[in-house]
Amino acid sequence: MSESITQQKTDETAPTSGGFSFGELIRSPAAGAFFGMIIVFLIFSLFGFQRNFLSVGGLANWMNFASTVGIIAIPVAFLMIAGELDISTGAVLPASAMMLGITSGHYELPMWLGITMTLLMAAGVGLINGLLVTRTQVPSFIVTLATLFAVGGLTLALSDALINNTNVSLYSPDWAKAIFGTRYFGFRTSVFWWLALIVVFFFFLHRSPWGNWVFAVGGDAESARNAGIPVNRLKIWLFILCSVCTALAGICQVVQFNSAQSATFFNMIFFTIIASVVGGVLLNGGFGSVVGVVFGTMTLGIVQQGINYTEIDRNLSLLIIGVMLLIAVLMNGTFQKLATSWSTKKDKG
Amino acid sequence: MSDKKPVLELRKVDKSFGPIDVLHEISLKVREGEVLCLLGDNGAGKSTLIKTLAGVHKPTRGEILMDGEPITFSGPREAQGRGIATVHQFGGTYPLMSVGRNFFMGMEPTKGFGPFRVFDREKANRIAVEEVQKMGITRITDGDRLVGGLSGGERQSLAIARAVYFGARVLILDEPTAALGVKQATHVLRIVNEAKRRGLAVVFITHQVMHALAVGDHFAVLIRGAIAADFRKGEKSREEITDLMAGGEDMASLEAQLETYMDDHEGHPPQLSTS
Repeated sequence: MSESITQQKTDETAPTSGGFSFGELIRSPAAGAFFGMIIVFLIFSLFGFQRNFLSVGGLANWMNFASTVGIIAIPVAFLMIAGELDISTGAVLPASAMMLGITSGHYELPMWLGITMTLLMAAGVGLINGLLVTRTQVPSFIVTLATLFAVGGLTLALSDALINNTNVSLYSPDWAKAIFGTRYFGFRTSVFWWLALIVVFFFFLHRSPWGNWVFAVGGDAESARNAGIPVNRLKIWLFILCSVCTALAGICQVVQFNSAQSATFFNMIFFTIIASVVGGVLLNGGFGSVVGVVFGTMTLGIVQQGINYTEIDRNLSLLIIGVMLLIAVLMNGTFQKLATSWSTKKDKG
Repeated sequence: MSDKKPVLELRKVDKSFGPIDVLHEISLKVREGEVLCLLGDNGAGKSTLIKTLAGVHKPTRGEILMDGEPITFSGPREAQGRGIATVHQFGGTYPLMSVGRNFFMGMEPTKGFGPFRVFDREKANRIAVEEVQKMGITRITDGDRLVGGLSGGERQSLAIARAVYFGARVLILDEPTAALGVKQATHVLRIVNEAKRRGLAVVFITHQVMHALAVGDHFAVLIRGAIAADFRKGEKSREEITDLMAGGEDMASLEAQLETYMDDHEGHPPQLSTS
């Protein structure tokens, strides 16, 4: 009796994140990202020991930055795993912030209505991206490049026309502050959104059957279609998910800082892609993991933001990111080779 | 010989894309427990024919019968639902996914309930390994292994085992041996025989006459979209078949030369480079 219980218990714990066998680790796309983050963290700790890098404040500082990127980076990584790319996030982020600022701030609509409208607007952009990509066969890079500029331009033009200003301020009710934009223990609310989404997205990609489909679509779309997977519908939903998550990040920002700017945030495009690639996601699809992207985002957070808490020259952060990206791309190939040749039954072969 | 009942039958099927006629009056029968070899050179219309069988294309004229009943497939999905499985040249597998996940792609076993249904990895891995081993590939023992680490023949075998497991009645193999070495090809041919033994109707597309002769019961040679010859095992020699496929006499002498070469070199065909 007790034996069967323990048996069941191990069955349940075996497939959870990472596992502890070496084979499992090496096969995981997160392996490289994990080691990379550890190395970066150790180096930064060494140089930041006396500058509060290891304090809660230091941690909160780069985690706050990482959370905004992270909320967007995971769905961007989903699209990359499915063989697509979404760079319209750079425009959807300020568009959502402005939308909420204009509806609930300038026009004083109820907060819940403004948030709903913002999320719907973002879903609409995602739907357009998805439909254009699946219907026209134009590469998603070009499609989302077009929507990036279109949405960015529209945001500027509409803000100018509606409120005669490119910035808007928003004073949110307490409940909205508590959910989207306050600080707990020094961490912005977006950090907790990020952590919650990591769990949900991990479940989606690695545990639910749909996750399988995402990998299959990126691995070989034609075979996936033959296996009965609704390839186009899945892609459209992923584009919608990506835009909606971007809008969530935008909402968090505008509620947090009580104001929104309409300028397109081009850096967000690079941050999300860097986080994904450093996180072990394959650029041409079919391989990647949520945990890896989380490590990638944290690494980016440390280098981009945590650097302020170290003795390393702040100007070097871009250089470090560039070198890191290059190493990651080169290493990803190696890890992939290791992954494919690794079998837990070592002597068979 | 023809007492086995046809599972799938084409009657005078034409297929044209706009003004271009690709298939012309194709009539074929695929029977249970038999291997039908479709032979043809590149561009003979083999892939269009497969796609018509698999429900991807609808015939322009003529009809498709399944178990004697006329049928039209709304798409590949319906054809699959009725037990027509296609395995493509590279196996249609995802190299960076595990054996278990590949095996159950699109039909994932789950445990749990409602929105918390999770992919049952252990069950998937166990069944996948069992089924592949049953087909005679004993080297696959770890369901977590990524398919990219398997050989081409093993991938083919995995895809065939998958089709068999999901109740395929007609197995369409699109050039399964074309990209494989001699030993790997033998593996796949053995598995084709195993599928046949289990009562599946197999459509084996190839341009390698040797491979066709090794497993085929029934042969059809396709030239420019029409069936140029339709015969049973033993009715034609390899030379005749090759000639038919090429549509000329030249091939026979070349084949003869090849054969003498191979006789002199322990059965190896001449190769430009050694691999």
